[in-house]
Amino acid sequence: MDTIFALASAPGRAGVSVIRISGPGAFPALTRFGLTAPAPRAAALRLLRDGDEVLDQALLLAFAGPASFTGEDAVELHLHGSPAIVASTLRILGEVDGLRMAEPGEFTRRALENSKMDLAQVEGLADLIDSETEAQRRQAQRVFSGKLGEVVQGWRKDLIRAAALLEAVIDFADEEVPVDVRPEVTELLDRVSVSLEAQAKGAEVAERVRQGFEVAILGAPNAGKSTLLNFLAGREAAITSNVAGTTRDVIEVRMDLRGLPVTLLDTAGLRETEDEVEAIGIARARERAELSDLRIYLLEPGEISPRIELRPEDIVLRGKADESGDSAGISGVTGQGVDALIARLSTYFSDRTSLVATATRERHRLAILRALGDLSQAREMLANPVYTEDLIAEELRSAIRALDSLVGIVDVENLLDEIFSSFCIGK
Amino acid sequence: MKQSEFDVVVVGGGHAGCDAAHAAARAGARTALVTLKMEGIGVMSCNPAIGGLGKGHLVREIDALDGVMGRVADLAGIQFRLLNRRKGPAVQGPRAQADRAVYRAEMLREMTSCPGLQVLTGEVTDFIMQGDRVVGIVLADGSEVHARAVVLTTGTFLRGLIHIGDVSYSGGRMGDNAANKLGERMESFGLPLGRLKTGTPPRLNGKTINWDVLEDQPGDDEPVLFSFLSKGVNLRQVACGITHTNTRTHEIIRENLDRSAMYGGHIDGVGPRYCPSIEDKVVRFADKESHQVFLEPEGLGDDTVYPNGISTSLPEDVQHDYVRSMKGLEQVEILQPGYAIEYDYVDPRALDMRLSLRDVPGLYLAGQINGTTGYEEAAAQGLVAGLNAAKEALGEDPVIFSRTDSYIGVMIDDLTTRGVSEPYRMFTSRAEYRLSLRADNADQRLTPKGIEVGLVGDSRRAAFEAKMARIGAGRAILDNTTVTPKQLNTAGIRVGEDGKQRTLYQVLAFPETSVVDLVGLAPDLGDLDPETQEQLRRDALYATYIQRQQNDAQALQKDEARGIPQNFDYEHLDGLSNELKSKLLRIRPSNLAQAGRIEGMTPAALALILSRINRAQKEKSA
Ligand SMILES: Cc1cc2nc3c(=O)[nH]c(=O)nc-3n(C[C@H](O)[C@H](O)[C@H](O)COP(=O)(O)OP(=O)(O)OC[C@H]3O[C@@H](n4cnc5c(N)ncnc54)[C@H](O)[C@@H]3O)c2cc1C
Repeated sequence: MDTIFALASAPGRAGVSVIRISGPGAFPALTRFGLTAPAPRAAALRLLRDGDEVLDQALLLAFAGPASFTGEDAVELHLHGSPAIVASTLRILGEVDGLRMAEPGEFTRRALENSKMDLAQVEGLADLIDSETEAQRRQAQRVFSGKLGEVVQGWRKDLIRAAALLEAVIDFADEEVPVDVRPEVTELLDRVSVSLEAQAKGAEVAERVRQGFEVAILGAPNAGKSTLLNFLAGREAAITSNVAGTTRDVIEVRMDLRGLPVTLLDTAGLRETEDEVEAIGIARARERAELSDLRIYLLEPGEISPRIELRPEDIVLRGKADESGDSAGISGVTGQGVDALIARLSTYFSDRTSLVATATRERHRLAILRALGDLSQAREMLANPVYTEDLIAEELRSAIRALDSLVGIVDVENLLDEIFSSFCIGK
Repeated sequence: MKQSEFDVVVVGGGHAGCDAAHAAARAGARTALVTLKMEGIGVMSCNPAIGGLGKGHLVREIDALDGVMGRVADLAGIQFRLLNRRKGPAVQGPRAQADRAVYRAEMLREMTSCPGLQVLTGEVTDFIMQGDRVVGIVLADGSEVHARAVVLTTGTFLRGLIHIGDVSYSGGRMGDNAANKLGERMESFGLPLGRLKTGTPPRLNGKTINWDVLEDQPGDDEPVLFSFLSKGVNLRQVACGITHTNTRTHEIIRENLDRSAMYGGHIDGVGPRYCPSIEDKVVRFADKESHQVFLEPEGLGDDTVYPNGISTSLPEDVQHDYVRSMKGLEQVEILQPGYAIEYDYVDPRALDMRLSLRDVPGLYLAGQINGTTGYEEAAAQGLVAGLNAAKEALGEDPVIFSRTDSYIGVMIDDLTTRGVSEPYRMFTSRAEYRLSLRADNADQRLTPKGIEVGLVGDSRRAAFEAKMARIGAGRAILDNTTVTPKQLNTAGIRVGEDGKQRTLYQVLAFPETSVVDLVGLAPDLGDLDPETQEQLRRDALYATYIQRQQNDAQALQKDEARGIPQNFDYEHLDGLSNELKSKLLRIRPSNLAQAGRIEGMTPAALALILSRINRAQKEKSA
């Protein structure tokens, strides 16, 4: 039995995100985070690690089957909600042998199979199915529309062709088919692999597209960051005051920027400080800003150049224009320059959205990674005559199956169609 | 009016019928095989060959269950070739050229010597009904044969229509009448019927072929037979000849296309894409200037030659011209013209996994009548239908084959859930567990099942158990001997010094490693006979893949075990989309695994169905 996992709470920036893992591999999977399962049914607060790096402080719940919601061994990870953390955690779980992301409804199905679901609850399933179907339909539309649709169709075509060539030399060995299809198959699989790799990289950005972009506002203490944020958000989200160092840690405000979900991060002011607590806040601010998609640096009046190393896309502005009277500056008090900033942000992100135009879910990324693994195996075998076509075909089938959710199901009939239209088969 | 009593009556003495009747009798049913004429038993309507890729797997599986096709083909074989010899064992398919007359004679002997099996002749024209249940058959002379279950295997005979050029007439195949009455009777059941077509080439007089100028294709030096029990070939072995069509041949065909039955618009039925007529080849692959034609002798005592690759529905005079345009055939005489045949088939989605019609209790269908082509496909279905008809007649549990245990299971699942859009033929690519479903291990996969359901006789059982004991002993040595990379390198098996300890079984999975290479590391392996050594190597070769597939296979088996009642109420299942509902209603999956393969199915929808089944069961047991 496979072990499955999925994000159980709604994706996005919820307060807490819950990831569920169910199956025989649920407890062992925790070792990947440097953890062991806590006593069943007792919540434990633990650091989730990826190697040496701390991912998050998470609440951990373990349930030994059959006393769990699915009837199998199960684990719940309650994370601190940041999409980046959730994404990393899902990614890591996907890399654990024997674990895979659940299909929609699969937890329910397991619960039902192990008599963990009251038959009265069944009626609830109806809604679940409706909403799933709708979600899947929308998802499919998103994935297969536009540029990505073309890319995916290209994979499908190449994979079918490659598989058909291999199957042709297997199933029609006594017919007039080419004797050696390896060069063409190799070429096709190389091409698909390159494209998949590009997507695998891009897909991470795409995941963020779906969940929103992060914009960090940086600058010296009291450069006018919080005032600007408040103006942008149209509400008092961050505490602003004139005492330097008021904004400790990071404050987030989510907003809809001309249709794009954007989260603004207000960070602690950057300066040298003796105050230990404030130093931690500053460090966090830098760290967080480092991970953000875009940074706005506000220069305080009189400041000549930013106190950070600039990245090419960083936006540098003069803050507190209401005080300095700088006509090229920006002010959260008067709103001067805000429209121009919004225009700049939205252009930047729309450009990026169309640039990546890629698979929008971690599921797809995992599928792609799995397929890439199989394909690289197949490519290696193609180059070595000791590996026979049946084994290569098996790797290829496995790759195609992994990509089901993207390229659609590839069936033996698709392969036969390709074979019969390319070769004159028939005695 | 004469009356007789049987448990099972099988109608049709073709390939499906013979294995059906024999299986029913082996399973302990008093069985009658009713066919048009004695000489028709075991006739090969088309090509005088058994086996091939995918098909050879089926024959091995039939044999593993103690069926007749493999044994008879071995006795009749005049040329054996193992296809894909240089590819992996999983995709190797045994094939044999058969002596038609010997095949028929041996098949007839199997039928007449089988205890519990009686052969009757006559044309079946009707069924005896009891309510909506079939309880026997009526022959043309009015006599009745009663039975608890009937298996219908009438091949291409149901309202068969033969076409040669623009001439067409009713016929079951060349020289036989069509079964028109029975065809009408079938229609009256309201079953979903369709039309398919297939074709066959002209037969040539071998004495008029100039063999000297032709290449020949000999059989393998070491013939690989079908039956796990056969020890060697029975007949003298021969070679086939090879010739080619040429631009002149294609010209003749092209000029006369409008006179072909198919291109002249006389045929509605759909033909198989993998068996195109020569007209088709010339039209669809217009830039190809030549096609291979294999000249296959039809028997040792028979000069008839079957030219494989030029089936046709052109008029006789055109056949004459184009055949003579080929090298070596300049003076050839045609003994029987090629023709196409159109016939009724029953949409196999009307069947359950036993090959029993869902809406006509007591009636089973097998073979070409279900939309398949090929002797092997027919025989394999015959075995399943005959066995299950016997089980039903005797009041025993059905025997179901799974996609995870056999090509038989793959075929039956494909037919009953997906139906056919062209005549269905087996290919190895249809089997998703291809690496475990090999021709070489058909006995390991199926003979135990055959023993369990009472299909396998004592002598096969003894031979199988002895073989498994030898394999078991070899396997124990391989599993229990662990070696270091250093030991391996010393023994001449190149491996990186990775410090990993390996069992010899794992080592045997290395490509191009054989048991003989390991004898230095475990001398007892040298005592194993070569066949056992070879089988161990084949098993080891795929071990890692098979392990990988096991999760999948287990999940599938679990779902296959969860039957869905035939009258399941999808209509009132809230939460299923209308599209899904109508698909489910049409396909009526027999189990959860089949339901899961329906396009658009989600785990949640499956859960919903499952919950209903559970509830129904609970209510029943409450
Ligand atoms: C012209 C032609 C071309 C073909 N070409 C190919 C090909 O290229 N490739 C391929 O794989 N296969 C081909 N086949 C198919 C192959 O011959 C069949 O698939 C196979 O023989 C089917 O086996 P079966 O047992 O279903 O039917 P058959 O072998 O046809 O046997 C049917 C039996 O039923 C008996 N019968 C019929 N009606 C009655 C009745 N009313 N009462 C009593 N007995 C009855 C007949 O006498 C016969 O013995 C071809 C067949 C034909 C006729």
